[in-house]
Amino acid sequence: MAPPVQSSRSPSPSPSQPSGKSEVSDLKLQLRNLAGSRAPGTDDSKRELFKKVISYMTIGVDVSSLFSEMVMCSATSDVVLKKMCYLYVGNYAKGNPDLALLTINFLQKDCRDEDPMIRGLALRSLCTLRVANLVEYLVGPLGSGLKDSSGYVRMVASIGVLKLYHISAAVCIDSDFPSMLKALFLNDTDAQVVANCLSSLQEIWTLEANTSEEAVREKEALLSKPVIYHLLNRIKAFSEWAQCLVLDLASKYVPSDSNEIFDIMNLLEDRLQHANGAVVLATIKVFLHLTLSMNDVHQQVYERIKAPLLTLVSTGSPEQSYAVLSHLHLLVMRAPILFSSDYKHFYCQYNEPSYVKKLKLEMLTAVANESNTYEIVTELCEYAANVDVPIARESIRAVGKIALQQYDVNAIVDRLLQFLEMEKDYVTAETLVLVKDLLRKYPQWSHDCIAVVGNISSKNVQEPKAKAALIWMLGEYSQDMLDAPYILESLVDNWDDEHSAEVRLHLLTAVLKCFFRRPPETQKALGAALAAGLADSHQDVHDRALFYYRLLQYDVSLAERVVDPPKQAVSVFADTQSSEIKDRIFDEFNSLSILYQKPSYMFTDKEHRGPFEFSEELGSLSVGEESADNVIQSRRFEASDNDLLLSTTEKEENKVPSNNGSAYSAPDFDVSSASLVAMPGHSESAVSIINLPTHAPESSSGIDDLLGLGLPATIPSPPPLKLNAKPVLDPGTFQRKWGQLPISLSQEESLSPHGTAALTTPQVLLRHMQSHSIQCIASGGQAPNFKFFFFAQKADDTAAFFLVECLINTSSAKAQIKIKADDGSASAAFSALFRSALSALGMS
Amino acid sequence: MISQFFVLSQRGDNIVFRDYRGEVQKGSAEIFFRKVKFWKGDEGEDAPPVFNADGVNYVHVKVAGLLFVATTRVNVSPSLVLELLQRIARVIKDYLGVLNEDSLRKNFVLVYELLDEVIDFGYPQTTSTEVLKSYIFNEPIEVEAARLPPLGPAAMFMQGTKRMPGTAVTKSVVANEPGGRKREEIFVDIIEKISVTFSSSGYILTSEIDGTIQMKSYLTGNPEIRLALNEDLIIGRNGSSVYDYRNSAGAGAVILDDCNFHESVHLDNFDLDRTLMLVPTDGEFSVMNYRMTQEFKPPFRVNALIEEAGSLKAEVILKIRADFAPSITANTISVHMPLPKYTTRVSFELEPGAVGNTTDFKEASKKLEWGLKKAFFFFCSLSLSFFLLLWHIHNIQIVGGSEHTLRAKLTFSQESHANITKEAGPVSMTFTIPMYNASRLQVRYLQIAKKSRTYNPYRWVRYVTQANSYVARI
Repeated sequence: MAPPVQSSRSPSPSPSQPSGKSEVSDLKLQLRNLAGSRAPGTDDSKRELFKKVISYMTIGVDVSSLFSEMVMCSATSDVVLKKMCYLYVGNYAKGNPDLALLTINFLQKDCRDEDPMIRGLALRSLCTLRVANLVEYLVGPLGSGLKDSSGYVRMVASIGVLKLYHISAAVCIDSDFPSMLKALFLNDTDAQVVANCLSSLQEIWTLEANTSEEAVREKEALLSKPVIYHLLNRIKAFSEWAQCLVLDLASKYVPSDSNEIFDIMNLLEDRLQHANGAVVLATIKVFLHLTLSMNDVHQQVYERIKAPLLTLVSTGSPEQSYAVLSHLHLLVMRAPILFSSDYKHFYCQYNEPSYVKKLKLEMLTAVANESNTYEIVTELCEYAANVDVPIARESIRAVGKIALQQYDVNAIVDRLLQFLEMEKDYVTAETLVLVKDLLRKYPQWSHDCIAVVGNISSKNVQEPKAKAALIWMLGEYSQDMLDAPYILESLVDNWDDEHSAEVRLHLLTAVLKCFFRRPPETQKALGAALAAGLADSHQDVHDRALFYYRLLQYDVSLAERVVDPPKQAVSVFADTQSSEIKDRIFDEFNSLSILYQKPSYMFTDKEHRGPFEFSEELGSLSVGEESADNVIQSRRFEASDNDLLLSTTEKEENKVPSNNGSAYSAPDFDVSSASLVAMPGHSESAVSIINLPTHAPESSSGIDDLLGLGLPATIPSPPPLKLNAKPVLDPGTFQRKWGQLPISLSQEESLSPHGTAALTTPQVLLRHMQSHSIQCIASGGQAPNFKFFFFAQKADDTAAFFLVECLINTSSAKAQIKIKADDGSASAAFSALFRSALSALGMS
Repeated sequence: MISQFFVLSQRGDNIVFRDYRGEVQKGSAEIFFRKVKFWKGDEGEDAPPVFNADGVNYVHVKVAGLLFVATTRVNVSPSLVLELLQRIARVIKDYLGVLNEDSLRKNFVLVYELLDEVIDFGYPQTTSTEVLKSYIFNEPIEVEAARLPPLGPAAMFMQGTKRMPGTAVTKSVVANEPGGRKREEIFVDIIEKISVTFSSSGYILTSEIDGTIQMKSYLTGNPEIRLALNEDLIIGRNGSSVYDYRNSAGAGAVILDDCNFHESVHLDNFDLDRTLMLVPTDGEFSVMNYRMTQEFKPPFRVNALIEEAGSLKAEVILKIRADFAPSITANTISVHMPLPKYTTRVSFELEPGAVGNTTDFKEASKKLEWGLKKAFFFFCSLSLSFFLLLWHIHNIQIVGGSEHTLRAKLTFSQESHANITKEAGPVSMTFTIPMYNASRLQVRYLQIAKKSRTYNPYRWVRYVTQANSYVARI
């Protein structure tokens, strides 16, 4: 009775292949014998043989050679046999298109069977053959399937149309199946048929939308008020899975007024009590998206969905609760204040997997405020002593992050210092890194910290990051630490044993800083460090040593100003993700993006972005009509607009470390544009160092000091900016420039009421900006959200372009503007020009 | 849209493999298994249930030691896929009676039949065991349930109490009784998982009960059922601070923070008299899930103490007190406590006065076994590779009101510099207590609409409490 899938068999088919082969030929023989037999009991023997075939198929043995025998045996009235045969045929037809033709006959016959179930089964199998030259046989049965009296057959047929579309889109469209589906979608009484029509239509029209205007219109029609209301009013008739489908569609619907919003929310209110987490999350998405522009209601939604989400987290299987917790994590990160009293729900349980614990630690960090910090930090300190080392590390980092949020710093510093006394290597290592960051933000604590840090033997610290942190503190506070020069000296003595370049870089800088403060004691160590650095095989270490050496030779006091200037405390540490990316992830609520914490374009290819895709918005970006003389090939641009977005984000992420560094000496000091402008008079080597952060962002903390040039960024006021009235820029160049240039200005601008009123389609703004010599290269979106890419060119310098990304929300009357410029010094002037042009919208 | 669905055994063998859309390459099962098995070498972390490899998203759940996996290239809703996988596992269990590798291998053709109807071209169709009945033609081949390790929450009823027929919950919805007639019966299980964290001074830091009312119906003709809960049940707390203990009167109403319901449940009378009305579908499903943070009496008090006793020695005292009625017994209790990494030897000592003990230290397995003659057999062990103290209380049941103490003497290989309490613990405990529920949520009655005078199906209403995260800090 047991199928021949012995547990002893190796999972890979190769070892079983030899025996598999002889068994397959054996099966072939037996099937052939049975094919014509009409003896009683034949079906039972056939069943056993078919089972064997299917089980071979499952474990990966190739049984395609049995195709004709299987087909011969399939002339039977036994449904179980039929089903097994269909499964087999569906699996191998693609590889044997000629043999597949053999099956057409009996499948077509079965499609006309009396029993609706046989009709449905046959139709489903017919559609799964995936053989292009057989599509002609499909059209007839599919057409009658869609009109079948049985809901089951219609259900199969409505998905069958989609299968046909994937085999041959042209045949599907030409046979007018989409419009038949549409009719069923609006009129069928069977909810599952309606749901399947919706799935098929969505997929077909999304794929067609690239080439057909009509498909775009049809796709938009799915989001029309009558359709949405038709579906929502009968939502309870649908299965839970179909409900998810309908709710997802509803989340894209834009209601005309707030009454409609409340109607929909009232209608769906009880869906939040559903035991199926997928239904609840889909409902929440509708609520969140509907209320996006209504601040106070949006906040109430957060309050309302809290309890259902927490229930799903604690009652589901570990996997389900992880998926829900990730969504909760997203909401907590967006509005930590609203969750600050729920912090106990985010405490870790000892038996939770580490991916859950990590999420919870981040949430605890985010919700910490004046009232709960003490308790949260107490809890985190428990985890720090945990046997689970990665979580212990994360917990310590969390404590540090909370300290940087400025609550109850006093107590936290005490606790961090207690960590150092625990004498666990990894605890010490993590804590040192944190103490360093804390000191950068709160220099006033240096006294307490240095006393403890001074007691740590550098021999006990092995991790590069921690060692670098310790060395940084030794250099920075060398005047307060009695032993600093000698500890540094011993570290320099062991230069060759230090494998991490990061540590060696820090050591160079620390020794030099120490030298400025206590020259007689450090002189020897400095000499040794510079000599070792110059001989170092690592390029960065070598270059830094050489630079220091020349700088000291040139002018010691200048060197001090460069390497060890007075510092201001860091006010804000840069966020790792830009707000643009976070918003995009939020737009893709209830999708994998939330779990990966990445927008979908980062992990899917374009055709698989699914119903949540952001590219829908981008896909409809159209090239500005009026700029036809710019030789723009719209298709080409559309294909690349995703790359454009991608490179923007990457650029921003790369910028983070350097921002971080500059903030240390002067908050809001813009490295990318201003420092270059301010430095032209200086020596070559100095300029090359200023460039360093962009080349080697990973060594950012070492460069902190280097960027601490107390030079004011005095930009001479630019001459009045004139723009070329007819600039020329092709999309490819635009995209490349957008990817390469840093953002020189980013600001939010309020729009005037008449401006928002006038902005009904993107074209309005296009023409308007053109009259101000600013050209649009791409635009898109629907009210209330529009997105534009503009460019302009300096009249006197054809190489100097300005690139603008402009996001406009007409309901909030806000525009977000990002400007990139070839000539950064003129971007302020251009920005003024751009904003005045924008504010004039609707005035004329 | 799901591209493929497959079930893998613990060793990574394909038991069932169904390709719905042909978008993902054939070797995906092997790629998946390798990823899960060797997830990021560092510190042996578990693979998350959802991950992406080369543009393919792998979503999986673990049920009964099997991996249920779906692959897709589309940015789908992860909850939907996870719920669907869980549901497929449940539907298969409804049909096979028992879900494990053996039953799946014996019935894989039936499983294919189910999969054909549950998902079409990657879109979920129906997961209702009842609806599916009319499309399924294979008869399940039954697997001997008795020989198998118990699985799933319902399995806990198979031990401890004799009131339940052990096989009742492991029978298929389509199989018939030996007599040819189906036995009319319905099971309602109130399963609660409790999480408690005690501070080092024994004070309760956090506590939560996650409960579910699970139903499995073998009734024919879909009669309507009324399930009445505590009349004074309160749902939702006013204000968002759910951890406000002051308001909760000890013996007052049961207050649930929140709950959700199965689709088939009608709540028309729920606000009025706390009755749930439903027509149960075939198979197993959760009628209601609930969450409670109201103060409750924890079934066990755990006290743990670790003290230095000389330069290389320390003593651990673990005390467990059962705080429930003597008529109730708990079983499968074990206590875990991580020890300092430099522990080399442990000797155990149980309650004073217990005579006739035998101890046996096995050098090879680095385990210390300690037995009590007569009816008890306590099992204490030290697993030196994990530096974990395990105290299994296997063959005895802890009776309500009783107290048990374990003393262990530790020997260290080096002197500890830091505070020893930071190196050991916390103590965690697992247990199962049948016929006990901490929340005091009750099924007052279970009414089945009568078809005739003689119609009187069996009704089983059962309670059980399990530890989820039961931790005492030291």
